[in-house]
Formats: sequence, structure tokens, C-alpha cells
Amino acid sequence: MPPFLYIFLGALAVVSALGVIIQRNPIHSLLALIATLMTVAILFIGEDAVVVGFLQIIVYAGAIMVLFLFVIWLLNLQVETGPTGHLALKFFGSLAAALLATELFFILAPPHLQVKFTHEPVGYGSLASLAGKLFTDYLVAFEVTSVLLLAAVVGSVALARRLPGTDDPRAARKAAS
Amino acid sequence: MTIELIAGAIKAILMILAGLSLSLFLLYFERKGSALIQDRIGSNRATITGLGKRMGMPNLGIINTSIADPIKMFTKEDFIPAGADKFLHTLAPFLSLFPVMITFVVIPFGDTISIAGHRIGLEAANLNAGALYLLATIGLGVYGAALAGWSSNNRWALLGGIRATAQMISYELAMGLAIVSVIMTFGTLNLQEIVRGQGGVWFGFLPRWAIFTQPLAFLLLLVAGAAESKRIPFDLPESESELIQGYFIEYSGGKQAVFMLTDFAEQALVAMLLTTFFLGGWQIPWLMRDGFHLPGGAFLALPALAVSLMGVVAFLVKVVLLCMFLGMVRWTLPRFRYDQLMRLGWKGLVPLGLFNVLVTAFVVVATGRVQ
Repeated sequence: MPPFLYIFLGALAVVSALGVIIQRNPIHSLLALIATLMTVAILFIGEDAVVVGFLQIIVYAGAIMVLFLFVIWLLNLQVETGPTGHLALKFFGSLAAALLATELFFILAPPHLQVKFTHEPVGYGSLASLAGKLFTDYLVAFEVTSVLLLAAVVGSVALARRLPGTDDPRAARKAAS
Repeated sequence: MTIELIAGAIKAILMILAGLSLSLFLLYFERKGSALIQDRIGSNRATITGLGKRMGMPNLGIINTSIADPIKMFTKEDFIPAGADKFLHTLAPFLSLFPVMITFVVIPFGDTISIAGHRIGLEAANLNAGALYLLATIGLGVYGAALAGWSSNNRWALLGGIRATAQMISYELAMGLAIVSVIMTFGTLNLQEIVRGQGGVWFGFLPRWAIFTQPLAFLLLLVAGAAESKRIPFDLPESESELIQGYFIEYSGGKQAVFMLTDFAEQALVAMLLTTFFLGGWQIPWLMRDGFHLPGGAFLALPALAVSLMGVVAFLVKVVLLCMFLGMVRWTLPRFRYDQLMRLGWKGLVPLGLFNVLVTAFVVVATGRVQ
């Protein structure tokens, strides 16, 4: 990826990420988040991590953000006016920001403090190499994760299920147990 | 390098123009083809010179649909309702058209041709992860309809937007599963390779098109694709009789035209996907690189350039025929009820798609085509 494109996309990602927290309207924040995810995905693709980039667009920008949209609609979130957030949220937020700043320091720091980067071979991000790793070295972890996700799906369906004749999901759960 | 860049740009523009022209053709078919199906006359008024009328020729309505209609659309007042989110209301039509337009560039429309020593592949972008690109861009198509519905400050529009979102998310899954089984059959994500894999014949006469090995996936992609393009029988987001016009009820003039264009372009895209994945793309039955090898053993030699150009024509013919088929479906079937739509998607298509992927996996392993 040529440097000017990298800088342009990086700047775009930072600006849209700022938009996520600056916008007062939740839908505008969501759009800014989608723009951030898209630009980061394009950066991934430009750095040869093709599958990760496309999966980010398919899963995050294409599906999870739609869920966010639904949540915003269903909760009928309005434009924020006053300051928000609990003290605990602010505390953990500052902690995360401090961690990020430390990481940035070690990447941009004087040479003797710098993190050493290794150059990955060409095609390390292709589907073939990713699938090869996933289905040999990390097979157990991969399969266990899929079982975990299945359990989550079954659990949420069981919680939301309503038996015919009952309107209260809790009554339905009692009847089912 | 520069030659390839220029060729790539030309091919991308050609492909987008092809998508737009097909949309125009679909608009024409919508007006005049529906008249044919329903035994009406259809649009037959507008002429430019009036010459054909004086000579007693029948008016085919081409001026009506391709010139008069768009001019009418784009000269109408562009209206933004009070209380609407002005920025998103303006952005939404383009957000819905953009993903469709950029999807056209990965569709292979022909074999490689050699011009002046340069080998040029007839696809605008030959991506190794082409199928992933498709799924990514199609997934982004949701936002146009969803945000149009939300930003209009209208209940019908919001209902239409929510319906569009739910419907497209549900049917994307079936679409993805259908595409996954084709990918497994050919062992590649590259669309050009998938089309190449459909060359040749079985038993000496049957073309190796994926529709013969994956008929179920073809049906899945056909139904899911029709649902993605939001046309009847899947037009619940628009449904004229209950939501009046659904998510774009508050749009007029050019922006409404862009929404309609999106629907037609999506229909054209679905036809292109079906052609690429299942009907052999630019492959012509029994046509090899050197000419026709007919089943009886007859052989007809052809120059290489002619073979390539015939491939492009074959791709277009297949796409236009499928477009007309989708249009005929649209004018034949009534609209689904909402619960029927969801049941068909989640209890019909998704389990069938999973079953198809499972069977495909067993067959692929059993025939030993795994590296």
C-alpha cells in the first residue's frame, strides 16, 4: 500500500473514530463507527490481511452494526444533551486510554526502546493460510468457540421464548422448567 | 503497469455502465414487459419526431421509459420533509446505490484476451477473495434503506426501513450459504477461477455448469437474491398497499429515482451472480479455446479473439434472460405475508442451505478433492 494512501486512510479512520464520540445523535455516531470499521478494514486489506479485512466488513460493518441500529431504534435513543457516564466508566476509560498511549510510546519511541516488528511472508493473510492455521494448530480452540457460540444462541432463544397462551416470558420459563 | 491500470479503469467503467444499462432495460421491461404479461398496451405515447407514428409504426415505448421518465423524475421538486434529518435524508439514496455499483467490478464477463501483446483479463478486478468481496459489499446494502426509513421522520418509512433491514439480514444468510457451497465445489474464492472451473463437459454432452451439481444452491441464491433486491414477491419494505411506498415514501424527484435505480441494479446484480456461480459465466457449451467441440464429434475451428468476444456476448445474453425471468416472477406472484417471509427465510432457506453445505462437504471429501 503506497504511503500517501495509508496516511489518508489512517487520518480518515481517526477522524471518523472521533466522530463516534463527538456526535450527539446516536445514529450519526453509528454511521461514524461504520466509517471507522470500513477504513480500518481497507487498511487490513492493504497490508495483505485480506480475509481479516473482508470479515471485518461482513461481520462488523454489515451485521453487528445493523444490530446496533436495531437497538437504537427499539430503545428510542434520542440526542444526548447533558454529560453522561458513571465515575467507574470514566475510570476504566482513562485506564484504556493510558494503555493505548503506552503502546503508542513503545512503537514510536527512540530505537532502543522500540518494539521489534517481524515481517510476515507474502500471503500470510490469505484464506488458505488462515484456514490452515485454524484447522490444524488451533482446531480445538476453534471448535470449542463454536460450541460456546451455539450455547449462547440456544440460551438467548430459550430466554426469549414464549409458550402459546402466556405473554410473560418468565411464566414461559417456569412452565418449561 | 500503467497499461493494466488504464485497462482496469476502463473495465470498471464498462461494468458499471453495463449495470446501469441493464437497469434501464429492466425499467423498460417493468413498463412494457408487464403490459405484455397482463395483456395491456403499456406506455406508447412519447415520441421525439413523431416520424414513426406518421409512418404507421407501433410505438414500443422506448422513448417513454428511457428518456421521458428519467427527465420527468429529475425535474420534479426535491422535497425534504419537516423534522427529517437533512444530512442522512440526502445521503441515504447514495448509500443504497453505492454498494451495488461497486459489486459489479468483480464479476468476470469474459475470458482473457490478448491485445498488442498484453494479456487482459475480462474482469475489472481479479480478486483472489472475490466471493468475500461480494458478500461484504452486498451486506452494506442494508444501510441505504434503513437510514432512509429512519431519517424521513415518517412512521410508514420507519416501518419500511425496519422491514428492509430484517429481511435483508435474514436472506443474506441463505445467500452466503448458497455461495459457500459453490466455493467448496470449486475450491476457490476467485470468481474468474469459478467460471473457468465450469468449462468442459460431462458424459460428452452436458456442460460442467454448477447448476447441474448444485441445483439446490441455485434455487437458494435465486430466492435469496430476489429477496435482497426487494422486489415482489419480497417487496414488504415497499409494499404499496400497506406502507404506501415504505422506506422511500418521503422521497421525490431524483433521489426517488436513485432508489428505484438501486432496485433494478440489484436485480441485474442478482442475475450476474446467478450467471457467474451457476450458469457458467461467459462459458458457451462445447466451446473451447480453439472452437466448437460438438457432442457428435464435429469440430468447428474459430479464432481466439472471436471465442473471447462470443464469451462476453454469452454472458450478457444469460444475464438479460435471467433479468427477464426475475421480472416475470415479479409480475406473476403476489406478495408474501411478513410471517411467511420470515418463516421461509429462517425455517426454509437457512436449514436447506446448511444441509447443502454439509452434503457438499461430504462429497468434496469423498471424491478426494481436498489438498
